[in-house]
Amino acid sequence: MAGKPVLHDFNGRSRMESIRWLLAAAGVEFEEKFITCPEDLERLKNDGLLMFQQIPLVEMDGMKLVQSRAILNYIATKYNLYGKDMKERLLIDMYTEGILDLYEIVSRLPRTPPDQIDSKTALIRDRTKNRYFPVFEKVLKSHGQDYLVGNKLSRVDILLVELLYLVEEVDVSLLADFPLLQ
Amino acid sequence: MAGKPVLHYFNGRGRMESIRWLFAAAGVEFEEKFVETPEDFEKLKNDGLLLFQQVPMVEMDGMKLVQSRAILNYIATKYNLYGKDVKERLLIDMYTEGMADLYEMFIQLTVTPPDQIDAKIALIKDRTKNRYLPAFEKVLKSHGQDYLVGNKLSKADILLTELLYTVEEFDASLLASFPLLQALKTRISNLPNVKKFLQPGGQRKPPTTAKMMEEARKLVKP
Repeated sequence: MAGKPVLHDFNGRSRMESIRWLLAAAGVEFEEKFITCPEDLERLKNDGLLMFQQIPLVEMDGMKLVQSRAILNYIATKYNLYGKDMKERLLIDMYTEGILDLYEIVSRLPRTPPDQIDSKTALIRDRTKNRYFPVFEKVLKSHGQDYLVGNKLSRVDILLVELLYLVEEVDVSLLADFPLLQ
Repeated sequence: MAGKPVLHYFNGRGRMESIRWLFAAAGVEFEEKFVETPEDFEKLKNDGLLLFQQVPMVEMDGMKLVQSRAILNYIATKYNLYGKDVKERLLIDMYTEGMADLYEMFIQLTVTPPDQIDAKIALIKDRTKNRYLPAFEKVLKSHGQDYLVGNKLSKADILLTELLYTVEEFDASLLASFPLLQALKTRISNLPNVKKFLQPGGQRKPPTTAKMMEEARKLVKP
C-alpha cells in the first residue's frame, strides 16, 4: 500500500544513523531526502511535518514519525526485532539504553573543542573498556548464543554492531579484550 | 510471590521521579532504599546489582532493572499504560520522548554554571512556550478526549502531568495559554492514586536544588 519509508535528515551521521542501520538489517528499502540548506528545514517546519520542529523525521505507514527512540521502537516492533515478550523487551531496552549512553559520548567526540579532546577520549576509553563492553561480553558468555537476547536477532544486536564500528574508529584496540563482541 | 518493588536512588527526584509517578498512578506501592553515602553506592556496585554501575535501579519481579527508559517501558507495559497496539505505542513514545527532551533541560539547569544560567532559563522558557506545550495542547484539542492517546490513561498522561508540575514550579505563567493542558493536569492529579502521591507524606520528592545535585555527585565520585 504505502511506498518506501522516507527519511528526512542531514546528509551525515546523526540520530538517524541507527534508524538507517535498523531498516537495513530488517531488509527494508528506504529513501532519503537530505536537508542541505536552512530553507529545507524551514519548509518541513512550516508544512507542519515536525511535531517538535526537529529532525529526524521518518515518513512511513502514512504517518510522520519523529523522536529517534520512538522511531526505533516502531520499526523494531514492526519487523519483529524487539523480542518475543515483555521480559525480552526489558532486556533489549536495558542493553539498548546502555549502548545509547556510550554512543552519545562517542558520537559527540568530533564536535569536542580541541582542549577537551584528550579528556573526552580518555573518558570514552574508560567507559568502553570498564563499563559497557564487559557487560555485553558477559551477556554473550552467559548463554553462549549468537545473539544478545532470546537466541534471535533483535535491534540490540544491530545497535551494538553499529557502536562497535564507531568505537573501532576511535581506537581499534578497545575491542581487543572482547572476543565475543568481535 | 514477590514483594513490593524496591527503588534504589538518591533521596531526590533526578531520573527516578518519573518512575515514582508511574508506579503511583498505577496504584503500585513501592519501597525506597536511598543512596546516602559513597559506601551505599559502592555496595550496590560491588554486589553486582547495577548493570552499568548506575542508579536508578528498581528491584521487581525477581530482577534488577536499570536504565530509566527501560524501567518506565516495563512498568507501563505491565500495568497497561502503554496503549493497545503498536500505533498507540508509537504516539505515546513520540510524546514522551518530546517530554523527556524538555525535562532534561530542567535537569541540566541545576548543573549549569552561573554565567550561563540566564541564557538557559530563557531557552527553557522559549522551548516550553513555543515548542513543547503547544504540541501537546494541539493533541488534546485535535481529539477533544481526556487523555493524550486512545481515550485511556497512559504513561504519556502521567509523565506530562509530572512535566507540567515541573514547569509550574519553574514559572507558573508558562501554563497560562494552555487550558487543555491545565485541565489534564487537574484531572490526573485528582485520580485517587495520584492524589495520594502528591499529598504531604506521599513519596513524591521536593524540587531539586543545586546543593542537592552537589551532594548527589559526591556520592558517586567521593
